[in-house]
Amino acid sequence: MIAEIGHYAVVLALMLSIVQGILPLVGAYRNDAALMGVAEPAARGQFLFVFIAFFALTYAYVVSDFSVALVAHTSHTLKPMLYKISGVWGNHEGSMLLWILILSLFGLMVAQFGRNLPGSLRARVLAIQGLIGIGFLAFLLFTSNPFLRLDPAPVEGQGLNPLLQDPGLAFHPPFLYLGYVGFSMAFSFAVAALIEGRVDPAWARWVRPWTLVAWTTLTIGIALGSWWAYYELGWGGWWFWDPVENASFLPWLVGTALLHSALVVERRDTLKSWTILLAIIAFGMSLLGTFLVRSGLLTSVHTFATDPERGVFILGLFIVVIGGALVLYAIRAPMLKGGGLFAPVSREGALVLNNLLLATATAVVFLGTLYPLALDAIGSGKVSVGAPFFNATFVPLMVPLLIACPIGAMMAWKRGDLPGVVGRLRVAVGLAGLVVLATVMIDGNTDIVAALAMGVAAWLVTGAAVDLAERTGLFRISFSETLRRAANLPRSAWGTAIAHSALGIMVAGITASSSWQTERIQIVRLGDTVELAGYEVTFRGASNVTGPNYTALRGTFDLTANGRKITTLHPEKRDYPAEKSGTTEAAIHTTPIADVYVVLGDSDGKGGWAARMYHNPLVPWIWAGAIFMAIGGMVSLSDRRLRVGAPKRVAHKTPAAEAA
Amino acid sequence: MLRPLTLIPVAIFAVLAVLFSVYLWQVGPGGKDISQIPSAMINKPAPQFNLPAIKNLPETLKIPSLTTADLKGKVSLVNVWASWCPPCRIEHPVLMTLADRGVTIYGINYKDRPEDAVRFLTQLGNPFKQIGVDSSGRTSIDWGVYGYPETFIVDAAGRIRYRHVGQIHPHQLESLILPLLKQAAQPAADAAKAGASKTGTSKTGAAKVGNS
Repeated sequence: MIAEIGHYAVVLALMLSIVQGILPLVGAYRNDAALMGVAEPAARGQFLFVFIAFFALTYAYVVSDFSVALVAHTSHTLKPMLYKISGVWGNHEGSMLLWILILSLFGLMVAQFGRNLPGSLRARVLAIQGLIGIGFLAFLLFTSNPFLRLDPAPVEGQGLNPLLQDPGLAFHPPFLYLGYVGFSMAFSFAVAALIEGRVDPAWARWVRPWTLVAWTTLTIGIALGSWWAYYELGWGGWWFWDPVENASFLPWLVGTALLHSALVVERRDTLKSWTILLAIIAFGMSLLGTFLVRSGLLTSVHTFATDPERGVFILGLFIVVIGGALVLYAIRAPMLKGGGLFAPVSREGALVLNNLLLATATAVVFLGTLYPLALDAIGSGKVSVGAPFFNATFVPLMVPLLIACPIGAMMAWKRGDLPGVVGRLRVAVGLAGLVVLATVMIDGNTDIVAALAMGVAAWLVTGAAVDLAERTGLFRISFSETLRRAANLPRSAWGTAIAHSALGIMVAGITASSSWQTERIQIVRLGDTVELAGYEVTFRGASNVTGPNYTALRGTFDLTANGRKITTLHPEKRDYPAEKSGTTEAAIHTTPIADVYVVLGDSDGKGGWAARMYHNPLVPWIWAGAIFMAIGGMVSLSDRRLRVGAPKRVAHKTPAAEAA
Repeated sequence: MLRPLTLIPVAIFAVLAVLFSVYLWQVGPGGKDISQIPSAMINKPAPQFNLPAIKNLPETLKIPSLTTADLKGKVSLVNVWASWCPPCRIEHPVLMTLADRGVTIYGINYKDRPEDAVRFLTQLGNPFKQIGVDSSGRTSIDWGVYGYPETFIVDAAGRIRYRHVGQIHPHQLESLILPLLKQAAQPAADAAKAGASKTGTSKTGAAKVGNS
């Protein structure tokens, strides 16, 4: 009964999305307030029904209702409650429902908080959201219905893929989808603006918070996925340039570019056509990822059960939504009038450089991801494009971007003073140089590239600090005056500084963990001690343990430094009988400056065990950087300027605020 | 009104859409199998193992144990199966047909309870000449097995010539398995050539592997 209610709620949501997608568009065209007014109740209703459907499916999982085919295929009574719930989106059908839930949630948010949007823009934005909703609800209903029944119902379910039974992965998809679907808002605003034929600073001010929400959540989602890959796959790596990882990274890159270009539209009323295009592409990349993962065109840990019919449907959806938007763009974009002029050396110029580099990086990742697919499609054999390609192309593009970042952030609008900015950044230049020297001295092998990269990391962090110090007048004026200025500094300036220095923290983590990793892969016997970058790891045996729905072989390793005991590590090899597969659980000892990472391998049958041990310097900084980046996004989001409903401009402007 | 510059995104997108459509057609109705994972074991000797027989076999089922040495002398199929694996159950009649046609089939019984394995064979019939019990799963790992069932064709020299991931469907009997068995009866030098051609396009019959 509950499943049928869920099924019916999806049908009702589809009906409402058709209403939401058509009537407000007609209303906005005829300037008919009544028809435009349909949009908000329809969006609220759509959310309500999708929520009911999602709740019904969750209920079926929680009570292990195996008469629902999806539950029988992907759940098990012995599974811990957390994974029963996360199992709702641990499969194709359920994750589509989560996708749609988030889509309708964004629709609801526009309906609730979009009161100060011009009526026709609001109606059109909601209508575009409704049209996207039609596509995905129809996709769910006709090709991927999660509520199909199974008769007779099996006594026990087949269980969820053990790799997905993990706290990191339980929350990875919801954040990722918040990001993907969040870009649908920027997309809807872009298409609505193209229909209206008008893009102005006010438009950018409405688009920025949605883009920030999407970007922040996508940052968290990608970080969770990479963290999971790090501790679960057992190879000590955290990013593999896997096609599906790239599929989530592409919208992030475009979204980052969009955040920066929307700033130019908002402040200087220019770069409009480009920003609109980025908004379309950001959502396009999100849809592309969805298409690639769900059509079975890529083989990866992420691929769902493949079904060509689904592939055709979602490709059609992709072509209609993005192709349609791009055609509209080709027709209407020439009408958009450019605004303020600027010198090449200026904040605008720096943001254009940022966009050029990010767009090129996107193109590189895009080509590397799709090249094997294209080659296979024209029958020229199978190739795989791996990490070496991306390291050789992506990294060099990031170098100028990172170096320019602190300079650009301090540049004045319209016409900047490059020597002046560099002069004010001399502290950062000096510190970065010191870090390079110190790295060369500590690292005996003088890996000069890695040392320079550490310098770039220091440059980013101190550059952001100098920017804040300049704005608050630190050391130039009295401390109390500095505090007053700091309190008055716009939140977006704080957000920018936090996110930019987070980038530096991340660069340091990436550089150190990839340049100075220590690896020991060897057979260990009882009592064997392995020296690992200043630590000693001693094997104390392996034994069988039983978890709630798995059995595991659990190794015991003592971790000591100079004979002083630090901790005991317990890596596991788990076997999930219901799912007939297993997982590797690495044991990780994290300190602020490094991870000690131990994985238990197979027994050689003669009392020895294969063990993989890594010392990964600064690897926690990668995720710390991602967290700070997301915090930067949230702080920026709390800026009064972006708060919907806030007065258009704050009357009182300090020089510091003007420079933000 | 149109400007060439704003047409570029549409043009790129059109190329992309065509590419995806073509590829999707190839993978879907075209039947191209992209999940084919090349096995490192092809044309290599079968791994060394010595597996015991199923415990407590009834009088009606006298199936001896299996070692690497048993695989030599004749082209054979090695099938990795378990009673708990539903596709193995579905595949079983295909193995029975093959056995009826005189094909030698060896079984590796993967992580199974002996009484369950006996019940499986009593109910569905026994196509296997010999069965080794891989209770630890280590032998299956040596064979590079990653899904159940999985079937290997081993030639008279004891070399692995072909690997089939997942169940053998009835329609693959004539189109795939029997021709491959015939091919495996020829010396390995020819097979190496055939193997080399496989790495190119995967459109020829013999190279079509997997769950299609």
